[in-house]
Amino acid sequence: MSCWETIIDYGLRSQGIGERLLPRNDFTLCQQFTLIGSGMIWNVYFGVVALCAGFFLATVVAMGKAARNPFIRKPSEWFIFIFRGSPLFIQFFFAYFLFLSLKGAYPFFSPLTSAWAGALVVLFLNTAAYSGEIFYGALQSIPKGDIEAADAYGLSGWSRFRRVIWPTMLRLAWPAYTNEAIFLFHATTLVFFSGFPATQQRGDALYYASYFADKTFNPFVPYPILAGYFIVLTLIVVGIFGLVNAGLNRHLPQDQRAKLRIKPQAIR
Amino acid sequence: MSIYYALGTVLLLLAITGPVALAFGFGGASAARSHITPLRWIGKTYIAIVRGVPDIAFFLFFVIALDQMFEYIRHTIKCPDWTDPVRQGSDFVVCAAAKLPLGNAPQWVHETYGFSIAVLTFSIVFGAFAANVLFGAMRAVPRGQLETAEAYGMSRRQTFWRVLVPQMWVFALPGLSNLWMVLIKSTPLLFLLGVEDIVYWARELGGAKQPQFTDYPHPDWRIWYFFALLVFYLCFTKVSELVLDKIMARLTLGQATAAGERQRKAAR
Repeated sequence: MSCWETIIDYGLRSQGIGERLLPRNDFTLCQQFTLIGSGMIWNVYFGVVALCAGFFLATVVAMGKAARNPFIRKPSEWFIFIFRGSPLFIQFFFAYFLFLSLKGAYPFFSPLTSAWAGALVVLFLNTAAYSGEIFYGALQSIPKGDIEAADAYGLSGWSRFRRVIWPTMLRLAWPAYTNEAIFLFHATTLVFFSGFPATQQRGDALYYASYFADKTFNPFVPYPILAGYFIVLTLIVVGIFGLVNAGLNRHLPQDQRAKLRIKPQAIR
Repeated sequence: MSIYYALGTVLLLLAITGPVALAFGFGGASAARSHITPLRWIGKTYIAIVRGVPDIAFFLFFVIALDQMFEYIRHTIKCPDWTDPVRQGSDFVVCAAAKLPLGNAPQWVHETYGFSIAVLTFSIVFGAFAANVLFGAMRAVPRGQLETAEAYGMSRRQTFWRVLVPQMWVFALPGLSNLWMVLIKSTPLLFLLGVEDIVYWARELGGAKQPQFTDYPHPDWRIWYFFALLVFYLCFTKVSELVLDKIMARLTLGQATAAGERQRKAAR
């Protein structure tokens, strides 16, 4: 069986398309590359959707935490504390069993017990909390002069937020936010190792990698393949975020632009 | 009863892994800024690879890889006249005397062995994160301090140990405390390494593998066990945060940083 046939058979296996049975013996390198790569579809899906949706909630939460009204501030603080203070792994488990019992009461919730929706909700809330904290930190360090200048121009309320506060907040938060995005993609590997079941063996990249490692007792092939995929993914994320960073900083003189640097304080 | 043991397991893991990972990190950071080129490469690759790949992949990889490495070393020492290859297809075969732990060893030896492999894995992974933090901290020590040391005629080694190392901690602490939080939050992953930790017990106590809840006098309680775990981790994080703030305040005393300056002004 040539490698091309393997790609046709297993390329979309993680979505349930193609060959139904996973390879059982005579594992070839090509099979491992294809299946683990097909699992990456899930990782990218979880990461991209959670990141895009979480971005908006994070902005809201950050504004909430900076609000003066305690009825807005306290819920935001608790939201951030709960999701940042507890392990994502436990959150997945807790959410899964919560969704299970919700499903028992109301069948309306049944999609949430499967990974594509349930885990996505957890990841979405989780990344919103982490990015919310980052945005809040940036919000606190907006130069006072910027806001005073906005006031002097007669901007207030929504237009002040839209034109001055929000872009500056993003600009300051961006390096740390890049880090958060990288770690979110890493966190997506946890999904199928917690409560959420992989129906019909449609799993993510790590799920297939550990499948091969279990079957062959040889961890030295599948895990480096997985590592390679993730390093490429990380490089792509850094590249895209670097472009946005350049866009956010385009009005600044060349030497004042913030370089994207990994900040060890901001890892999760 | 076992759940209390499991709680002890988690605390013990944290207590051992913390210092060991710090030692790994210190080694990695020193290697990364070494003047011997191969050593520097090793240090930098160590930091870069662990950062780019999800940590859970490492947990799954190292447990098998370390186990096989130990067994292989013992195999070559203890059974020199063994001619069959170690890898037979998808099996990993070593002679009986090289099995680790020995097949006839009591149960607690097996458990201790599993636990120490887990500790080693955690230390390697978190050592890389710590190395990243310490590497940054070493570069953050003001250049003038090192130049002064050189001006006093200290050798490279003396400068490193007497000037750089004592001063770097204050720069490293924000990163290290964040790392400690991350470490606390990844302890539930122990469950994946086959150690019977609290996640394991929360799953077991709540329901059997096939959920036959009728065996229990109560309905499915797993959701409450996981809720308890969530609260436990939240409290643990909060306490660590308070303690680390205290340490930070102590370390900042008399340092040439903005926070140290503020303390000096406040004390006057």
